[in-house]
Amino acid sequence: MSIPILKQGCVLIACVQAAATDQDLIQLKDELTDKVGQLRSRGVVIDVSTLDVMDSFATRTLRGIAQATKLRGAEVVIVGIQPDIAFAMVQLGLSLDGIATALDLEEGLELVSARMSEDVDNAT
Amino acid sequence: MPLEEALLPISHVGDIIAARQKGRDLATQIGFSGSDPTIIATAISELARNIIVYAKRGEISLSIVERDGRRGVLVVARDQGPGIPDIERAMRDGFSTGNSLGLGLPGAKRLVDEFEIVSAVGEGTTVTLRKWKR
Repeated sequence: MSIPILKQGCVLIACVQAAATDQDLIQLKDELTDKVGQLRSRGVVIDVSTLDVMDSFATRTLRGIAQATKLRGAEVVIVGIQPDIAFAMVQLGLSLDGIATALDLEEGLELVSARMSEDVDNAT
Repeated sequence: MPLEEALLPISHVGDIIAARQKGRDLATQIGFSGSDPTIIATAISELARNIIVYAKRGEISLSIVERDGRRGVLVVARDQGPGIPDIERAMRDGFSTGNSLGLGLPGAKRLVDEFEIVSAVGEGTTVTLRKWKR
């Protein structure tokens, strides 16, 4: 079961489902880095609001996705980390330092577009 | 019928999801609340992944336990894999031989109330966790 990636303007949105396996996450990494190039996307929002568990593997993979996508020139925001998941991550010793996060999809899209226009401002 | 005990074979990545979901169900069923069901599911996820990565296959048993009038969840992860040569090192944050963050075992320990690990090289590893209701 692969993770769907939607395109909205120059932003890609990936929704990670509850039962996403390790392979699904690895596949997402490959697809997103490819698609950013193919579709010339400037922003990526990864929605994890329905993911049931964020363990060390999922965190490491998401971190990898965010770093690789950023190197491809797109802004990345991870959205929807639920309170219980956040608490478990802290106890496990996991963090997403240096990676933008937002409360939900709406805020994530706002943050991504703000960052994208910031880049344009800086370039001019 | 209430779920009191489950024995789950772990041999492919989909089993990790099934095991942690079963653990969450069991925890919720006996009244764990707040972030505890997720914490239990996360610990199970780490142990199940360790089985796949290091031993290829194994099993996880989940059951409800009682001590001094308190109920809790008991998780036993067992494999007949290569075993851990240096448990002290494996329990250290950031140590990994499997290309991971090295937070699996020490992380799982931080998530629960009781943690025991028994391992013999060439024979396998058994990790036992208990989390009690507050």
